[in-house]
Amino acid sequence: MAYHSSLGVNRHRFDDLKTLLACASPRRSGDELAGLAADSDERRVAARHALAELPLRVFLDEALVPYEHDEVTRLIVDSHDAVAFAPVSHMSVGQFRNWLLSYAANTEALTALAPGLTPEMVAAVSKLMRNQDLIAVAAKCRVVSRFRNTLGLPGRLACRLQPNHPTDDPLGIAASTLDGLLFGAGDAVIGLNPAGDSVPDTIRLLEMFDALRQRFDIPTQSCVLAHVTTSLRAMERGAPLDLVFQSIAGSEAANAGFGVNLALLREAREAALGLKRGTVGNDCMYFETGQGSALSANAHHGVDQQTMEVRAYAVARAYQPLLVNTVVGFIGPEYLYDGKQIIRAGLEDHCCGKLLGLPMGVDVCYTNHAEADQDDMDTLLTLLATAGVNFVIAVPGADDVMLSYQSLSYHDVVATRHLMQLRPAPEFETWLAKMGLLDEHGRLPPPGANHRALQQLLALENLPR
Amino acid sequence: MSLPKPPSSEVDPFAGLRVATRARIGLGRAGDALPTEALLDFQAAHARARDAVHGVVDFARIAEQLQPLPSLLLRSRAPDRTSYLRRPDWGRRLHADDLPLLTAQRGDYDLALVVADGLSAAAVNAHAAPFIVELLRRIPNWKLAPVVLAQQARVALGDEVAQTLGARLVVVLIGERPGLSIADSLGIYLTWEPHLGRADSERNCISNIHGDGLSYTQAADTLSWLMSEARARHLTGIELKVDAAAALAHAGEQATPLPSLVRHPTPKQKAPGS
Repeated sequence: MAYHSSLGVNRHRFDDLKTLLACASPRRSGDELAGLAADSDERRVAARHALAELPLRVFLDEALVPYEHDEVTRLIVDSHDAVAFAPVSHMSVGQFRNWLLSYAANTEALTALAPGLTPEMVAAVSKLMRNQDLIAVAAKCRVVSRFRNTLGLPGRLACRLQPNHPTDDPLGIAASTLDGLLFGAGDAVIGLNPAGDSVPDTIRLLEMFDALRQRFDIPTQSCVLAHVTTSLRAMERGAPLDLVFQSIAGSEAANAGFGVNLALLREAREAALGLKRGTVGNDCMYFETGQGSALSANAHHGVDQQTMEVRAYAVARAYQPLLVNTVVGFIGPEYLYDGKQIIRAGLEDHCCGKLLGLPMGVDVCYTNHAEADQDDMDTLLTLLATAGVNFVIAVPGADDVMLSYQSLSYHDVVATRHLMQLRPAPEFETWLAKMGLLDEHGRLPPPGANHRALQQLLALENLPR
Repeated sequence: MSLPKPPSSEVDPFAGLRVATRARIGLGRAGDALPTEALLDFQAAHARARDAVHGVVDFARIAEQLQPLPSLLLRSRAPDRTSYLRRPDWGRRLHADDLPLLTAQRGDYDLALVVADGLSAAAVNAHAAPFIVELLRRIPNWKLAPVVLAQQARVALGDEVAQTLGARLVVVLIGERPGLSIADSLGIYLTWEPHLGRADSERNCISNIHGDGLSYTQAADTLSWLMSEARARHLTGIELKVDAAAALAHAGEQATPLPSLVRHPTPKQKAPGS
């Protein structure tokens, strides 16, 4: 079915629903690369007018990616909760935006609504939202997840500590980990992107992290971000694995490009659940996503990259994850060209994930061939902290020496927590206090060279060899 | 680049750990922020990386260094750096006006060598010519097409080049995306029977050739070995990678971790391939 919209003297025609959504998207290089973007600013706004008039129900009747050909579509359709959807079922997309911003849409209402929303509805409404709307709506959502600590509580900002090393050298990894702990990073997870993906190497790294955690009695979880099949093999061999990680995307074909499908993810989750390693909860999955990953696998089905990204969140929510984050600026300038596009996408991804009920975090980051720098990351981090992001990712000095891109520095996390009066996860905060790292206001001041936590954590006998 | 410096006024508690990683650990704090010195160090590294991305390869000089080897300067369909970054598809195809230059050189070749600017002009300027000299010593009997010097080019451009020239194997030397610590890293991609539409999984890759990474000698040894295998077995890609790992391990070269030496081109996602 075609859609029409008149703006001024021009009448715009949009051949089908996915064309309408793509044209309504804020401008970004990935949709231009795919040949899906509106070819003028007027056409973009015309598409938003048409989209605003569209009943939300349309997205239940018309699949963007065919049901018969795509298990992600089948998951979305088959798991839709009509009762939860009822309160907004009569609305158009434009009315839905108004409602989301209204006082009636409070935390409870949004939590109850989440299972009634499909990713396409959420993507659609986000295209009508300004950055301020994306922040305001996300800030009203609350998604709490638990493993060895409690993440996503109000007034908290957690952090994944990412101690990557180009050759997975244990001492080098330990050095970056200890540095981060001294900044209060690592409550979301201590999560390493391994340089290799072999089962023995993964087991060796998991054992190292587990020993470190136990030695200092740290209430957090660790993760080696290997492929899900590698994690399965590691679990079979008895490795101390807390979380199963996987990169996922919004179509069956794109997931196949990552070497996964829904059944494989289910198998991995069941295996990890069976280990019962969580203490305050057992949310044991960790997913990463990113706009452009479906297009880069040529598995986007002619759908714009932001809508495909939100479909990935429908995959994630089927597995009750502890952590989900978009790697927003990592995929490259052919998908998000500059700081403006990265900031917008980061806010979209966070808000859309939260609306679907995900414990959403963001890797606030960019590559050296994007038109972006640390100033853009400061902006995005501050906006996301305002929006109540569950966690961000940090590396020593913002420089990831393994993946060759820039994320946040440990400093940025401390600075933002103090500036916005946000605190680490409660169990982790208690541990930081026990280590003597917090002052009487709950802040984490610079520890002097003779601080006992520093002496203790960096003591040579505690380091891997 | 020097390793990040410790805060100068105190004993450095990270002294024993800095040898183990290039990561910017123990930078100290100015309140909650980076101290000025660390802030400026970071900006200098980022500036070098950006200059490498946006820099221009001096192909005239490379052509000179390669003499008496003949070479040809060609353009991709990306007219400038901005287009190149936005449209990877344009960087994978030859400019239509330049095709006749290549057709005129059509022949029966064992190997086409392509030097592509990619994402680091600094890498290509520094390493392309000396690496080729090192490689040629190892393959004296190979019938070589004129070396193609390609502007605004990506790896897959080599497929069209080699197909047009009539070469059975293509080696593309290309500037890798700069990190903050290394801005001049060269990558090498090897593809058997190159033609338009070859998938990345059908290539082999040697990465990280730079002053602190793989030496020209190491990389040329590995590449010439892979080339002989590719020619003997009529393939490149995953199957060759697995066998290369076995063969090199057998030859007692475990000291260099193989996944980083001979690897399969990885997807852009942080995982699974990263």
